[in-house]
Amino acid sequence: MLKYLGKRIGRSVLTLVIILTIVFCLLRLMPIEGYFPNFEKMTPQQIQVGLQEMGLTDPLPVQIVRFFKDLLKGDLGTSRIYRANVPVTEVLSDKVPVSIKLGVLSMIVSLCAGLPMGALMARYKFRFFDKLGTLFIVCIQAIPAAVYYLYIQLYGTQILNVGLLFDIKNPKYWVLPVLSMSLNNIAFYGMWLRRYMVDESNKDYVKLAKAKGVSEGGVMFRHIFRNAFVPLAQYIPTAFLNTVIGSIYIESLYSIPGMGGLLVTVIKKHDNTMVQGIVLLYACVGVLGLLLGDLLMVLLDPRISLGKKEGDR
Amino acid sequence: MMKQFSYRHEKEAELMGSMEAASKNACAMSEEELFSFAEFNAADVERTGYSNYSYWGSTFRAFLKNKAAVALLVLLGLLLLFTFIQPYLPGQYDPNIIVNDANGMQYRNVPPGDMFILGTNSIGQDLWARIWAGTRTSLFIGLSVAVAEALIGITVGVIWGYVRKADFILTEVYNIIDNIPNTIILILVSYILKPGVKTLIFAMCLTGWIQMARFIRNQILIIRDRDYNVASRCLGTPTWRIMVRNLLPYLVSVIMLRMALTIPAAIGNEVFITYIGLGLPVDIPSLGNLINEGRALITSPALRYQLVYPTIILSFVTISFYIIGNAFSDAADPKNHV
Repeated sequence: MLKYLGKRIGRSVLTLVIILTIVFCLLRLMPIEGYFPNFEKMTPQQIQVGLQEMGLTDPLPVQIVRFFKDLLKGDLGTSRIYRANVPVTEVLSDKVPVSIKLGVLSMIVSLCAGLPMGALMARYKFRFFDKLGTLFIVCIQAIPAAVYYLYIQLYGTQILNVGLLFDIKNPKYWVLPVLSMSLNNIAFYGMWLRRYMVDESNKDYVKLAKAKGVSEGGVMFRHIFRNAFVPLAQYIPTAFLNTVIGSIYIESLYSIPGMGGLLVTVIKKHDNTMVQGIVLLYACVGVLGLLLGDLLMVLLDPRISLGKKEGDR
Repeated sequence: MMKQFSYRHEKEAELMGSMEAASKNACAMSEEELFSFAEFNAADVERTGYSNYSYWGSTFRAFLKNKAAVALLVLLGLLLLFTFIQPYLPGQYDPNIIVNDANGMQYRNVPPGDMFILGTNSIGQDLWARIWAGTRTSLFIGLSVAVAEALIGITVGVIWGYVRKADFILTEVYNIIDNIPNTIILILVSYILKPGVKTLIFAMCLTGWIQMARFIRNQILIIRDRDYNVASRCLGTPTWRIMVRNLLPYLVSVIMLRMALTIPAAIGNEVFITYIGLGLPVDIPSLGNLINEGRALITSPALRYQLVYPTIILSFVTISFYIIGNAFSDAADPKNHV
């Protein structure tokens, strides 16, 4: 187990390095006009000096090595344009808490709504409630999120009598973004929990429990639900870590001062150090989420062992 | 998913029904009939020896039974046809021309009426023409992404699953690509390259193909060592022939489903990229562009038609593809054939 973990973490670090290198190279492909707000008026010499100051004239490998050396010292650099000369870590630490609060709230909502929905759909399979739930899932999956977010904003703000723009201090303003963020996950949890529970309910141990005279509700929740939840638990750490990143679409729709819109903004502003910092955060979240998800599965289900699983995959 | 379950349910009930009918028939026969020798009947012998089962025939028959999906398919086909016919109909405006009245003033924000079927937008372009041009663009993007992803994904996926030596390398590649968030790639690529239809398609395929390949690979791993494949290998069938004749036909239903779901996803992505300002320029109308223009007018209820009409078309297209895809993949699954 320990050996496996060591290998796994080592590999994750390697993945991170490769991702950062790729993004680093991609960033250097961006047109240089974007670095200077008044490019047309500048002489070639001024441009050259400007590029040199940013360290962009060095050969690519030199730049990459320099970047990773700084990274090892924990130095992500300073923002150049977005908030000039403020360290990247400081900019991020202002933004992350807002996104986390929003994300955690929406995660709680989606688990509290999605899991009971899936369980009830499995319990009343092929009956009215199941069909209603399926209709909801199909709609959420088939209609692009961009469309229903807009309508939630449009009519939600009228119903709740709130403004279009976000007010961080007023709890009423949190309702719509949290709701929009949760809908997709509610459908996800509902759909898969129903699927896993239906699969589980055909197994022998369920028949035995029923034959012993365990009540219908008891079988559903003590036996089936606990087994069906294991594969879903894998996604929970990722979902939790994703709250750090925030949702680009929702945060910019409601102008929430979180992480979401930041990536787009800094890419457009050619703020390379910021982009690298954010990509590092995104990639860490992704890699760590997978790792924790697998660990959580092992904790919940003693039959799974990580060392063996690798061979199967 | 649910459709599949209920469909199978129906089939089972049907089967049970026919079995009961058969046993009733048997009861109806008198005892003498039951215990006397049957006469040789050439037609009966032929019936068991030959089955006129055809895979595609059964698939289409099963698909046609799903009335809702067929209706949607017809509607979607008509819509697609209309997007191509519309520019040639009489009395249409060019989607990019700003229409002026007799005094040279622009028709700004004209509500839907006689002159403009769906009204005009804030700079005086005909919304009706723009919606159809936009649907054309968006459908083109969706279909191209789906086809390109399927081609690359299936090729790589089959090799990945079937050739053991490739498995290690491709799995490592997958681990890396899968960990880079899709959004970053989409944004970076659409920013570096010139905005346009081709850029969007390229950016979406860049990350999409590996998901398809991974999916095919997992399916191939499940069936690659089944007895019929082992038998083929023992008989010396070339590898490519096993891939094309033994493995791929097995996967038709899941591939179709994936493709049908890629189209709405690609159209949705286009809306998203346009929303963050990296999508198509305004002179190439697309559903993303139109929705974005409509969103800017969200505060004035009188102009809301500019948001409502494009979203109706967009939702209709995506829901249709979703439902048709699910219905077709159910129909293409031989387990659902009679």
